[in-house]
Amino acid sequence: MAYLVSHPDEVKVVSSRFGKGAANIERYIELDGYKAVRKALEMGADGVINEMKTSNLRGRGGAGFPTGMKWSFVPKESAKPKYVLCNGDESEPGTCKDRLIFEHDPHAVIEGVMIAAIAVGSHKGYIYIRGEYRYLSEIMQKAIADAYAKGFLGENIFGSGYDLDIYWHGGAGAYEVGEESALMESLEGKRGVPRIRPPFPAVVGLWGGPTVINNAETLATVPHIILMGGQKYADIGTPRNGGTRLFCMSGHVEKPGVYELPLGYNLKKLIYEVSGGIANGNKLKAVVPGGSSVPCLTADEIDVALDFDSMMKAGTFLGSGGVVVIDDKTCIVKFALRTIQFYRHESCGWCIPCREGTDWLQKTMKRFHAGGGLARDIDNIRYLSENMLGRTFCPLGDAAAMPMIGFVKKFRDEFEAHLEGRPCPYEEHPAISALPVLSH
Amino acid sequence: MKFSDQLEARFSEMNPHYPTKRSLLVPFLLYIQDELGYITDEAIDEMALRCEITPLEVRNVISYYSMLRTRPAGKYNVQVCTNICCLLRGGEEMLEHVKQKLGVPVNKGITPDGVFSVEEVECIGACSWAPAMQVNYDFHENLTEEKIDQILDEYRAKA
Repeated sequence: MAYLVSHPDEVKVVSSRFGKGAANIERYIELDGYKAVRKALEMGADGVINEMKTSNLRGRGGAGFPTGMKWSFVPKESAKPKYVLCNGDESEPGTCKDRLIFEHDPHAVIEGVMIAAIAVGSHKGYIYIRGEYRYLSEIMQKAIADAYAKGFLGENIFGSGYDLDIYWHGGAGAYEVGEESALMESLEGKRGVPRIRPPFPAVVGLWGGPTVINNAETLATVPHIILMGGQKYADIGTPRNGGTRLFCMSGHVEKPGVYELPLGYNLKKLIYEVSGGIANGNKLKAVVPGGSSVPCLTADEIDVALDFDSMMKAGTFLGSGGVVVIDDKTCIVKFALRTIQFYRHESCGWCIPCREGTDWLQKTMKRFHAGGGLARDIDNIRYLSENMLGRTFCPLGDAAAMPMIGFVKKFRDEFEAHLEGRPCPYEEHPAISALPVLSH
Repeated sequence: MKFSDQLEARFSEMNPHYPTKRSLLVPFLLYIQDELGYITDEAIDEMALRCEITPLEVRNVISYYSMLRTRPAGKYNVQVCTNICCLLRGGEEMLEHVKQKLGVPVNKGITPDGVFSVEEVECIGACSWAPAMQVNYDFHENLTEEKIDQILDEYRAKA
């Protein structure tokens, strides 16, 4: 069961309705639901966009692009229909927060899509949920139907004269489809192969029309911002990094779970106080602080503020909020191997640096971890990864390369310990330990 | 080819949601798979007609998405995650345990009684409740070997 956790340091905004039955539309309305969209209709498109800019809300999917700015890129006039697309393809390893939003507060996502549509002049929204989240898709389909039944969706919503339709759409297993342009390709019924940018989705998106694409958590936050006011939301966080976000604590912590904390909260505090520290009496070795695609931090590097700008200065990213905590009984080489296996599996195959690069890295890491590594492999891993960066249609190539560069740079000693046919120091090798020790 | 009344109703519901005919292909293929057990050649030809694309193009799409299959699986498809968060909390051991208990190789084959198949999968979004697996669409989290035994025995009992 995806149980909920809590901690006194939490500031609950997007998770404020968790555990309160808000998937039920009557309950959602009791808890201030569908008030924000009515306010948005009064504020008008420009009013809403200005409020979003004031809030300093930045994308919660991983890229952290300022939401208000993204919405402002949609042209006022358009020959083709405009669309809003909710990215609910949550698949970044370490990330399990949109799942809770879909389970506990699906109407907030709907309402966020509605407000985005009003802001950009769109009359159609799609909520794309990954295929594995079938029980959540069923909850969302019911929520949408309930909203239509009340006249909140369809023609002349809330008697405003504005028409707005929102549809559920499901995936069928593909990490790359979470990338916004591949997401659009998938929604159009094709393989999830990314598009070259520019043009960006806000100008040329779904079926060629201007499209706003936002992560589910970003959209679920929007109604809260409209009700509380953008400045109030911004002030909870740090300058240019407004508000709170959901952090998914996983790995070797005592109290894993999803916690909502202000942007700028300290990572060391998050691990040792909020999440109860390292489990089983072990020590911290490394943290992957924003989903598997971001460079790791060593135990000495965790005294850092969790906001977009501070994490970039620290050489990593806030990313998806998936904080993966690794103890000192774990082999980093094995962890790196599993990481690159993921990217190799998920590479869509379009771009040579990614398709060939992830394959070479995975083969090399597999051989390396098994004891077949050569000294020059270590620098070759870094060299090849650096040559993947920025040379692909989409960031999956970067997402595969950056962690590998980080592991090799920060844990070179662990790589070297696997050289010369030596067995992995972290694994039991009963056949090897049974051999008599020879003295020369 | 006609699908079941329920599936045809879903097709009729979804079709007008999109400006192009092929847009419903990915989610609808999964619904077809739920009904037929896998995506049959007949279903592929039917979807090609309805989407106004070639059967080859339908197969191109199927081959991209990891949940879509053109061959049967067990009645209960056990999908064990071994990605990084589950790895850190014993995901590989859980997969090994499932493999031993069911006596079926991972990613190939179905148990002789047709009840179970086993897949090693990527992150299913249960990272804070790891190690985790799905059986068809059901999530099972905070796994131990004992819990896995209990869960699989329950599925076998109702198979």
